[in-house]
Amino acid sequence: MEDISITASDQPSRLQEFRRSPIYHSFVGSKVAMVSFAVFALFVVLALLAPVIAPYDPYDLATLDIMDSEIPPAWQDGGESRFSLGTDAQGRDMWSTILYGTRISLMIGLCAVLLQAFLGIVIGLAAGYFGGAVDSLLMRIADIQLSFSTLMVAIVVLAVFQASFGAERYSELALPMLILVIGMAEWPQYARTVRAKVLAEKHKEYVDAARVMGFGPLRIMIRHILPNSLSPILVISTVQIANAIISEASLSFLGLGMPVARPSLGSLISSGFEYIFSGSWWITTIPALVLICLVLVMNLLGDWLRDVLNPKLYKG
Amino acid sequence: MTDSAETLLQVRGLRKKFSISGDFLEQLSFEGGRIRRKQEFVHAINGVSLDVQRGEALCVVGESGCGKSTVARTIMGLLKPTVGSVSFQGQRIDNLSAKQLLPWRKRMQMIFQNPHASLNPRMRVQQTLEEPVAFHNPGLSSAEVKEKVQDVMESVGIDASWAKRHPHEFSGGQRQRISIARALAVDPEFIVADEPISALDVSIQAQVLNLLMDAQEQRGLTYLFITHDLSVVEHFGTRVAVMYLGTICELADTATLFASPRHPYTRALLSAIPSLRSERPPPIKLQGEVTTPINLPTGCVFHGRCPHANARCSEQVPALIQQSDGASVACHALEEGRL
Amino acid sequence: MALLEVRNLEVQFALREGALTALHDVSFKLDRGERLGIVGESGAGKSVAAFAILNLISQPGAITAGEVLFDGQDLSKISAEELRQIRGNKISMIFQDPMMTLNPVLTIGNQMIECLRAHRKISRANAREIALLKLQQVQIPSPEKRLNAYPHELSGGMRQRVIIAIALLLDPDIIVADEPTTALDVTIQAEIMALLVSLCEFNSVGLLLITHDLGVVSQVTQRTVVMYAGRVIEQGPTREIINDAQHPYTQGLINALPQQTLPGQRLNQIRGTMPTLSAIPSGCAFNPRCDYTLAPCSLELPPFVQSGGCSVACHMVKQQLEQEQLEQAND
Repeated sequence: MEDISITASDQPSRLQEFRRSPIYHSFVGSKVAMVSFAVFALFVVLALLAPVIAPYDPYDLATLDIMDSEIPPAWQDGGESRFSLGTDAQGRDMWSTILYGTRISLMIGLCAVLLQAFLGIVIGLAAGYFGGAVDSLLMRIADIQLSFSTLMVAIVVLAVFQASFGAERYSELALPMLILVIGMAEWPQYARTVRAKVLAEKHKEYVDAARVMGFGPLRIMIRHILPNSLSPILVISTVQIANAIISEASLSFLGLGMPVARPSLGSLISSGFEYIFSGSWWITTIPALVLICLVLVMNLLGDWLRDVLNPKLYKG
Repeated sequence: MTDSAETLLQVRGLRKKFSISGDFLEQLSFEGGRIRRKQEFVHAINGVSLDVQRGEALCVVGESGCGKSTVARTIMGLLKPTVGSVSFQGQRIDNLSAKQLLPWRKRMQMIFQNPHASLNPRMRVQQTLEEPVAFHNPGLSSAEVKEKVQDVMESVGIDASWAKRHPHEFSGGQRQRISIARALAVDPEFIVADEPISALDVSIQAQVLNLLMDAQEQRGLTYLFITHDLSVVEHFGTRVAVMYLGTICELADTATLFASPRHPYTRALLSAIPSLRSERPPPIKLQGEVTTPINLPTGCVFHGRCPHANARCSEQVPALIQQSDGASVACHALEEGRL
Repeated sequence: MALLEVRNLEVQFALREGALTALHDVSFKLDRGERLGIVGESGAGKSVAAFAILNLISQPGAITAGEVLFDGQDLSKISAEELRQIRGNKISMIFQDPMMTLNPVLTIGNQMIECLRAHRKISRANAREIALLKLQQVQIPSPEKRLNAYPHELSGGMRQRVIIAIALLLDPDIIVADEPTTALDVTIQAEIMALLVSLCEFNSVGLLLITHDLGVVSQVTQRTVVMYAGRVIEQGPTREIINDAQHPYTQGLINALPQQTLPGQRLNQIRGTMPTLSAIPSGCAFNPRCDYTLAPCSLELPPFVQSGGCSVACHMVKQQLEQEQLEQAND
C-alpha cells in the first residue's frame, strides 16, 4: 500500500485552495495586476451604483437647463461646485453622464463578449472534437468572417438598420443591436482558440478513457474537454471586452452607436468633439481619459493572466 | 492452449493504416501537366490475428512503432480497423455504433500509459470514479453509487481521504492506482492495459503490477497487456505475442517463449534485456535501421535487419506456423530449417 | 588524486515557500577512465547532481555548499568564461532527449564544425575531417552523407549516436550521460550502451552515467552511487552493490525487479512513495518505507559506515557492524 501523507483533517476549502494556487500568488506578487484589478473593480462598482452615486439623472430631460450648458469643471475659472466635472452642451452634469456612460459601455462590452464566447465555444468545440469535414467547414466560415473587419461589418449593418427603421426606432434598439453586431463579428477569435485547445486536449488519455467508458460526445465535450480549455478563454475574454468597448466607442463616434440621449463613453466623446475648438475641451477629453483608463487596465489584466496561465512560463 | 478454455476476444486479420497526407487539398499535386491525388499511409497494423482466452494475461511485446498500442486502441473501439474484425464472445464489435457498443463498454475497460494525462485534471477523484458508475448503472441511487466507489477505492488501496482531491496532488503511482480503480469501477471482465507501468519508477512498478495481479485473482479478470519490457512479460504473462512492424512474429506460452525463443527478432529482443547478472552473452546485434511503417518492406517485415534473411524472405510474407510445442512463429528460416 | 571529486555538495532552490534543498551533502569521486553510475528514482536528485557538476543549475537554484573539484579546480567557484572552456571541452554531456543538444535547423556537420571551431583554432576543412572521424567512430553508416543531414532526418538511435560523436568531439576527460538510452528501444539501447562503453574505454574517458535502470548500471559501470531523496545512501563497487546491497532501499530496489521473483509470484514491492522535497521525513529519509526501522531511524541522520567495499548510510547496518565487532572482540 502506498503511504498516505495526506490526512483527512487538512481537507482544504475552496478558498484555501484558491489561496494556494499559483494565480493567487502571482496576483499578490504583481503590483500591476493588483492596481489594474483595483481600478477595474472601481469602474465596475461605480457603473453598478451609478443611479445611487450620480447627483443628477442625465436621462431625465426635465432636470436639464440649457442655461447650465458648457460650464467648465469646478477647478477652472467659471466652474461651479455643483458640477464637479462641468457640463456638456445640453447642460448635463459630466460626472453623472460619465457614470451612466461607463455603465452602458461596460454592459455592451460584457454582453457582446458573452455572445462571442458562447458562439465561439460552441463552434470551436464542435470543430475541434469532430474534426474532418465539420472542422474544415466551420473554420472556413471563421476565416471568411475574420477577413471582414469588425468595424466594416458593424458600420454596414448598423447603417442599413438605421436607414430602414428610422432614427427614433433605432435609438430604442441601439443597445441590443450593438451587442448583437459586435458579438457576431468577433466569435472566430474564440472559435479558433477553443479549437486549438480542444485539438490539444482531445488526444490526451483522459479523453480516451472517457470514450472507452462509452460517454457520448456531448458529455465528453462539456464535462471533460471544456473545463480543461478555460484558461485561454479567460485570457482572451479580458482583451475582448476591452476590444468590444473600443468597437462600441468607435461606432458611437461615427454616429452609429448609442444615441446622444443615452450616451455611452463613445457617444460622449463624439458629442463633445465639435466643442473642443470652442474651448470646451472637457466635454470630450474627460470621457476619453476614462475610456483609455478602462481599456488600459483590462489589457494589463489580460497580459498578466496570459503570463500566469501559460504553463510554459510558470515556475520558470 | 487447452481446448476447454473459452475464447473471450477474437481478432481476425486486423489491418489499420493512417493517412499522413493531410486533408484533401493537401493531397493534390501537380505532376506532368496533370493534377494528381497522392496519399501516403502509415501501415500501423498489417494483418494481426489473435485470440484471448478467458482468465489469461496475453502480453503483446514490441518496440516503439510496432503497432502494439494501435492494436489495443482498435480492440477498444477507439479506432476503426481498416480491414479485419474484432469479436467479443463471438459477437462482432468493431462495426457497432457508439450506442450499440454501450453494453460491451462495461465488460471491457482500458488502463493507459501516462498517469499524468489519463485523469481529467479538473475532476476530483470522487467525481472521476463516480461518473462511470452512475453512467452505466442509471438505476443506482447516489448513495449506492458512493458505496460502490468506496468499495473499489478500498480494493485498490486508495485512502478515503483522496476522494476530494485533484489528480495533480498525487504521484504517478498513486494516479495509476486511481486509473485502475476507474477501470474496475464498472466491473469489467476484460482489461486492455496499454503500457501501464512504463512511466513509473521501479519501486512503484512492482506495486502496480502486484495490484493488477491481485485484481486478476479476485475478480477473475482477463488481460491484454501491452508492453515493451520483456522482463515484465516473463513475470506477468500467460502467453506472449511479439510484434514487429505491425505483424506478429511469434506467439507462444510465456515459459516456452523464454525457454526457446524461435524468431530471430524475439531472440535479439531477449538478449537485449539489461540484466543484473554480470556473466551473460552479449546482445545479438541487429543490422540496419528500424524500418518505418510508411514504406513497408516487401516479404517479411524483419528481413532488412535479420541475420538469417535470404531472397525468399524479401519476397514472400511468412505465415504464422504452429510448432510442435504450441508456439506459432512466422519465419521462413525456421520453416526451412536454416535456424 | 581523482579526476573529478564532488565534496559535500548542496544545492538549494529558493522558492516562494522557502528554500528547498535538492541535494544534501553529496560526495563521490570519478577516476580517469572509470565508469560510475548514479542510480535513483525520479525525485532522488540524480539529474540535479549531474547538472551541478557542470554548474548548470539555473535560477532559482544554486550550489549553496560544497565543491566540485575537476583536476583540482573548483568548478562551482570559477568564472563563467573558465567554465565555458571546461564544458563541452573537458567535460561533455549527453542528455536523454537528443534534441536538447541538436539544433533542428542546422545540419549535423555544421553543428559539429561550429562546436570544434568554438573551442579550437582550426580551419573548417580540418574540423570537417575530425567530425567525419568521430562519426565513423560511432559506427554511423555512410558518415559523409550524414554530415549534410538535418537532425529530423535521422532515427532516434542514429541521433543518439550523433550525440555521442559530438560528446567525443573535443576528446573530453569526462562524459556525463543523463539517461542516455531511456527514450530508445531495448535492442537499440543495448547497442548504444555497448558503443558508449567501448568508446570510453578506448579513449580512457571517465563516464558518469545517470540512470534509473539497475540493469544498465549493472552492465555498464564499475562503481555505483545510489541516491534517495537528495542524498547518497550507498556507494561502492557495482558488483558488490548488485549482489549484496546493504541499504534496505537498494535491496528493495533490486528485489522489486521482475527478474528477481519467480514468474507469476507477487513482486517484492517497496511500500509508499519517494517523499517530495518539501516533506522529507526527519532522520533517515527512507524510514517510513523501511522494514527494518530502529529507534534512531526517525530521529538522527544515519552516518556513513564502511561495510565491505561499500559505504552505507543506515542505522541498521551500523548496528550490525558494531555487533559483529563486539562478537569478534569477545571471541
